[in-house]
Amino acid sequence: MNLRRDVFQAIADPTRRAILLLVASQSMTAGAIAANFDTARPTVSKHLQILIECELLRQQQNGREIYYQLNPGKMKEVAEFIEPFRQMWDDRFNKLEHIMKQYKQKETE
Amino acid sequence: MERKTKINAENGKQELEIIREFDLPVDLLFRAYAEAEIVAQWMGTKVLKLESKKHGSYQFETTDRKGNKYGFNGAIHEFIPNRKIVRTFEMDGTPYGVQLEIYQFVPITDDTCALKMHVIYESSELRDQVLKLPFAQGINMAHNRIQDIAAKMK
Repeated sequence: MNLRRDVFQAIADPTRRAILLLVASQSMTAGAIAANFDTARPTVSKHLQILIECELLRQQQNGREIYYQLNPGKMKEVAEFIEPFRQMWDDRFNKLEHIMKQYKQKETE
Repeated sequence: MERKTKINAENGKQELEIIREFDLPVDLLFRAYAEAEIVAQWMGTKVLKLESKKHGSYQFETTDRKGNKYGFNGAIHEFIPNRKIVRTFEMDGTPYGVQLEIYQFVPITDDTCALKMHVIYESSELRDQVLKLPFAQGINMAHNRIQDIAAKMK
């Protein structure tokens, strides 16, 4: 249950959210990630540290470089990404169903 | 009975599936996609043009609370009443490209049916960006709310 709170804290910050979106498609070094932000490098490092503590990111040693990647073992986070998208469609379809039920009544009257 | 919308989006693919069952006969579900007046109601959009036929096209325009206008358009490639629609979809002025949408309308009983929406994007990266749009907006909204509350507490 701690995990859920941590994940939420991690994504509540816009910079950390941007980092997650960056590494979602490919693993990157801290330097490559920092190059995407105007923020100072130590600030980005701090964000990376928080994301690792929350287990959203994983470190992988590749030669002398450390790469950061989304933790692939946790589909829960992926579901968190998709949930608002699903909710949006659910709301639309609920509305559609509601409106069409009125048409159905008109037909049977 | 509550019927939930299901999203199938496998990692690294440039497509996704949206599946939903309705407490409606299939012809009524189809009308919700074919008739301009009904589309306008449930999509909450202005329908500038909707030619529900093969080689037809459509154009929607949505206005948000601030008065900003957003355009959507596409071409209809297949239109089989109560069964299938194949069309393209594009958000004007956005970098998300054109998506191909295959709609299948499936009767279950006389009073229930299912919609299967198969959406193919130009790349898996673009698909993920579109998938994350409501996620990013939701977080931004939550963030703004927190800022509003914080501002009031000052």
